[in-house]
Amino acid sequence: MKGSVASIGVLVYIAVSSVLAYLHPQSVLAFLLFENSLLLIYYLPAQPKMKFILGAVVLLVLLPILGFINAYYLEVAVQVGIYVALALGLNIVVGFVGLLNLGFVAFYAIGAYLWAIFGSPQANEFIAGGFFPLAPSWFFVFLIFSIAVGAMTGVLLGLPVLRLRGDYLAVVTLGFAEVVRALVNNLDKPINFTNGPKGISPIEKPPLFFQPTLEFFGAQIAPAKLYPLYFYFLVLFLVVVIILVTRRLEDSRIGRAWKAIREDEVAAAAMGIPVVRMKLLGFAVGASFASAVGVVFAAKQVFINPESFTFMESIGVLAMVILGGMGSIPGAILGATGVTILNLQLLKGLSLWLNSVRQSGAVLSLPFLGSFALDQIPVQFEPAKYERMVFGLILILMMIFRPQGILPPRQDKRN
Amino acid sequence: MALLELRDLSKRFGGLQALDRVNLTVDDGMIVSLIGPNGAGKTTLFNTLTGLYAPDEGEIEFQNRSLVGLKPDKITGAGISRTFQNIRLFSHMTVLENVLVGMHSHLLTRLTEIVLRTKNCQLREEEARRRARELIELTGLAGREGEWAHQLSYGEQRRLEIARALAARPKLLLLDEPTAGMNTTEAQSLMTLFKQLIGSYVRAILLIEHNMRVVMGISHRVHVLDYGEKIAEGRPDEVRQDPRVIEAYLGQGSWVEHAQR
Amino acid sequence: MDLALEILPQVLVDGIVLGFMYALIALGYTMVYGVLEFINFAHSEIFVLGAFVGVEILLLLQSTGQLEALHPALVLLLIIVAAMVVSGFAAMALERVAYRPLQGSPRLVALISAIGASFFLQDGLRLFESLWRNTFYLTYPTVEILDRTVPLTASLVVPVKSILVVVTALIMLLGLYLFVNRTRVGTAIRAVAQDPDTASLMGIAVNRVIALTFFVGGAMGGLAGVLFGLHYSLVNPYSGFFPGLKAFTAAVLGGIGNIPGAMLGGMVLGLLEAMAGSYLSILTDGAFGAEYKDVFAFVVLILILIFRPRGLLGEKVREERG
Repeated sequence: MKGSVASIGVLVYIAVSSVLAYLHPQSVLAFLLFENSLLLIYYLPAQPKMKFILGAVVLLVLLPILGFINAYYLEVAVQVGIYVALALGLNIVVGFVGLLNLGFVAFYAIGAYLWAIFGSPQANEFIAGGFFPLAPSWFFVFLIFSIAVGAMTGVLLGLPVLRLRGDYLAVVTLGFAEVVRALVNNLDKPINFTNGPKGISPIEKPPLFFQPTLEFFGAQIAPAKLYPLYFYFLVLFLVVVIILVTRRLEDSRIGRAWKAIREDEVAAAAMGIPVVRMKLLGFAVGASFASAVGVVFAAKQVFINPESFTFMESIGVLAMVILGGMGSIPGAILGATGVTILNLQLLKGLSLWLNSVRQSGAVLSLPFLGSFALDQIPVQFEPAKYERMVFGLILILMMIFRPQGILPPRQDKRN
Repeated sequence: MALLELRDLSKRFGGLQALDRVNLTVDDGMIVSLIGPNGAGKTTLFNTLTGLYAPDEGEIEFQNRSLVGLKPDKITGAGISRTFQNIRLFSHMTVLENVLVGMHSHLLTRLTEIVLRTKNCQLREEEARRRARELIELTGLAGREGEWAHQLSYGEQRRLEIARALAARPKLLLLDEPTAGMNTTEAQSLMTLFKQLIGSYVRAILLIEHNMRVVMGISHRVHVLDYGEKIAEGRPDEVRQDPRVIEAYLGQGSWVEHAQR
Repeated sequence: MDLALEILPQVLVDGIVLGFMYALIALGYTMVYGVLEFINFAHSEIFVLGAFVGVEILLLLQSTGQLEALHPALVLLLIIVAAMVVSGFAAMALERVAYRPLQGSPRLVALISAIGASFFLQDGLRLFESLWRNTFYLTYPTVEILDRTVPLTASLVVPVKSILVVVTALIMLLGLYLFVNRTRVGTAIRAVAQDPDTASLMGIAVNRVIALTFFVGGAMGGLAGVLFGLHYSLVNPYSGFFPGLKAFTAAVLGGIGNIPGAMLGGMVLGLLEAMAGSYLSILTDGAFGAEYKDVFAFVVLILILIFRPRGLLGEKVREERG
């Protein structure tokens, strides 16, 4: 009984929020409410099949329609998707295996630059013959290829680093990411591999292979409108694959070995688990997710430069995993979604709101404290620029008050 | 047929000689006990045997193969599995998961098989779970599979550790004070279990024990360590009367009295 | 080759100055690690805070016209003491707020909190300076005497500010060494570093000692900050990140927890970095130049941890219980 009432409630919520978002394309709040419907679906006490269908409707039908009207929604959704993929990758390293990798963004960068170099004229700088950029369909080849490259890099990094103590490992991974960034920033001489701080562009996008099919059905849609949807579905697909792979790993001897290592390395080894090999595997799997997503990122952005791959990005992803709950797949998804939306929409919305308040010239009167002319709020106080502070605060507060995260690993009793 | 043979095994920590040329043999089908006052080096012997420490001198021969220098997981793979003096379960995993971890070296599902969830992988997982439940039942924890390891009582945790160690299909099972903290009834049921294990689940058991009733009750052979040296060896009734053994335990008179009861 | 030899004295001088600064910052990392087995990631911000204290005071003096009027030694003394005090207290506050609540938790939890604190402080400084001065990239006003140079040899000139760094650092390092090894309080710190439980049984107020350790480490960092600011003139809230990481590398290089180790590690790293900066392009024929000197320290870190994880002089951390 309770289940059906709740289901109807959620259905109504979805309907109302999507209509609201449709009618008010400029409203950050409306879109947030709509996004929130996914969270409600997650918590709905109903049959998994039902929740799956509801989620699919929201993600595969409603959101694309809303996105078609307002491309910004798709932009947000794609960003969220990318960070969800990154968070899931880091979740394996930090949450399952228990290794604090502070330089996760390096794998992301490697994937991105991999496609950026060969999917743009850049490679012509060091490979003669004018073969580049490669044809757009090579995108898919590189997507698969980046998985291998990411895994290999993960193993290469892991080999010297994995026997270190936890805190040393953290700092060394940080150092590694900085080395990668320095290389990317400076490998424009003697041979121009990466074009240094100027970045690489234009980067090929994947081909619109379904365009002929659409035209057959009489739908003439400009590529500019089509690509945001395309990337949205691409990222969504990637995320679903990553979730699937992660869940299967979690429920296998590999996942159990990882958890055992995290709990008690000595006991794990005593039970026959090859600890170093398992850690390397964790590193490699996490890295491969990041690299794959990096390829998509490069294609979507069309232009990349070293500034997208800083320490702050690594910490951002770490904050997502920690906020959501280390070692928990739903946690990583929630954390990534929450933090990305916080950055992209909340902070920005807050900045805009403050601006409008400032310009309104209103006066705020507080008892005992006097009145404040609101146009006096300094221009420098721009919430959108204080991402770091927000991340920092998230990390500190979570560690002190709820280190297990918002959605800690589920304690289900599957037999 | 000697399953395990330790020859002149020595281990030193700084100024402390923890193991001093210890000789010990475990034959097929035997339950061998290792006793001695606290700090005698018994757990150090286990740790050295299982690869946690590298011996300074001496030889460890298991089924005519040297184990010296092997990593712990390789030694488990060779057929030796253990429990710990201070229970080292994976507390945030369920009872079933703990036992399944023990099966790691025998549950041979490959990465690609897992990711693609092949029939083979599913079959092996099913088989593993079946076997795990069997071991859980054997150690008297039937029905508790879904509970968290830290929720179990002390005695149940000890038994879970044994189930987990058995999951690794050891030929030689090492038990470090398995009945510590248990009352007479619990200890009794463990004694029965150990005797059951020989021949059907493991080939031999080497156990460290302080509970003399257990030692006397099930051991085929007893070895006594004191200050890292082996001071006596023999059948239980022989060892209990050995003057050197009594002297080693002097001051822990309650132990001696207990042994003579 | 001749070029290499020609610039060597200058390189050495640069290396020594850099080395002392790294040594001072490294002390903060090593002392805290010795006592808590924990990397105070936010120490780099404590360091930068000192630089900001220095610049704010100097700017204040400048705006009131006092900068020219007062004797430079007095001015320097003022900003050094102020920076040390402020940084010291800031470090203590940091410990109280962000680390002490996590005392019983796994070390990685505290490390994550430290990273959070580091980020928070970076933007916090930025916010403060943005509101206070409308900019967060600040330049140290010139204190004329510091720019004068002293000729050491025929071809080698050393600016007074470099001498200042070396002299101040030496005095402080000596003072710290005496403090830790010859005073009761210092002995208490060493006791807590070795075995906090027994130390507390001996009547030592462990939490107070920890707070004091943070204060002293923070003060050293603050001092390094002022010296850094005087030497390089430009400071911004994010300029602590790299020096901090490099100083941590220095601490590990010397042996974490080991105070003489931090000093040695700092010197070695400073010299290595100065040499890398100048010689790398010569060695690699222009392929890899000075732009890699920042990540050079990381390469050093990785190498030490692979080949000699205990550092040059050996670690001094908590003893394992037998």
